[in-house]
Amino acid sequence: MSAIITCEHLNKDYGNKKILKDVNVTIEKGRIIGLLGPNGSGKTTLIKLINGLLVPTSGNVLVLGSKPGVESKKIISYLPERTYLPDNETIEQIIQYFSDFYFNFHVEKAYELLEKLKINPKDKLKTLSKGNKEKVQLALVMSRDADVYILDEPIGGVDPVARDYILSLILDNFKEEATLIISTHLIADIEKILDEVIFIHEGKIVLQSSADELRMQYKGSIENAFKEVFKNV
Amino acid sequence: MEFQFENNSPIYLQLIQKIKMAIASGEFKPGEKLPAVRELAMESKINPNTVQRALFQLEDEHLIFTQRTNGKYITEDKQKLKELKKELASNLLQEFLVKMQQLGFSKQEILEFIERKEK
Repeated sequence: MSAIITCEHLNKDYGNKKILKDVNVTIEKGRIIGLLGPNGSGKTTLIKLINGLLVPTSGNVLVLGSKPGVESKKIISYLPERTYLPDNETIEQIIQYFSDFYFNFHVEKAYELLEKLKINPKDKLKTLSKGNKEKVQLALVMSRDADVYILDEPIGGVDPVARDYILSLILDNFKEEATLIISTHLIADIEKILDEVIFIHEGKIVLQSSADELRMQYKGSIENAFKEVFKNV
Repeated sequence: MEFQFENNSPIYLQLIQKIKMAIASGEFKPGEKLPAVRELAMESKINPNTVQRALFQLEDEHLIFTQRTNGKYITEDKQKLKELKKELASNLLQEFLVKMQQLGFSKQEILEFIERKEK
């Protein structure tokens, strides 16, 4: 196994507020990793640093050995926490943007996924429900042939049935060699698809472990382990 | 083939048990081809690496075998299948005995209980 993302003594401050504190993490290829932590623990900040949308205060983030930039953006497909798509346009138009922006975007795949999700590409984004908007975004992100997928809270706004759908969509559309990072605080819903978990709390990595080892160690679910670990920090 | 999993114990161990059960009960027939890793993962909504890990262990126990490039198959070794049934039966029995003892039944009472039930 080889590392695809490495963080070394990574710190991020906003003013005098320390958001990430000496984060050291290595993420290996071909895994599905859950980045788990309560609200405000630094998940989104860490993800933004990996995506090169923020610059570290000190320390390093490396994607395949280099700092985030043009090259890393080619190989990382990123689903941000908040929507950034133009509300007033049709999904067809948005698909066109994606295909202009990303050389590894597969238009046919996007249409195929939308059809499976029963979403009409001729609809304007603003006419969709919150859950369907999330599905559209996820379908677009998963239609890129990327090495790394980073999904920031992909299931936050959808009902449990749609969650199952989304999990299948993720599992179905991810190559074996690809790496997937999912951040969420809804652990129970996604824990079955995880290889590995990273617990983050108040800007610090408190644990990185294989999901099944953790279940063994704590004799229970990841969610349970999460509660146990967080009781003691 | 869709399996349901609990969150509270290692998924790969649960999968091993479920596949063993399916083999022992004849749901998977000797010599039958197993669904592909991806398919198993997709249908049960679990991680493909977890499926891989479970299949490795089953292969280690000679309950399944890999035919080069062609996928994984259920063993046709009758002796193996017999042993598997014994193993599963013994696990069930163990579980039953532990629970009955927790309820305060003695070995004699448990035996009587079974005999009465069988009539």
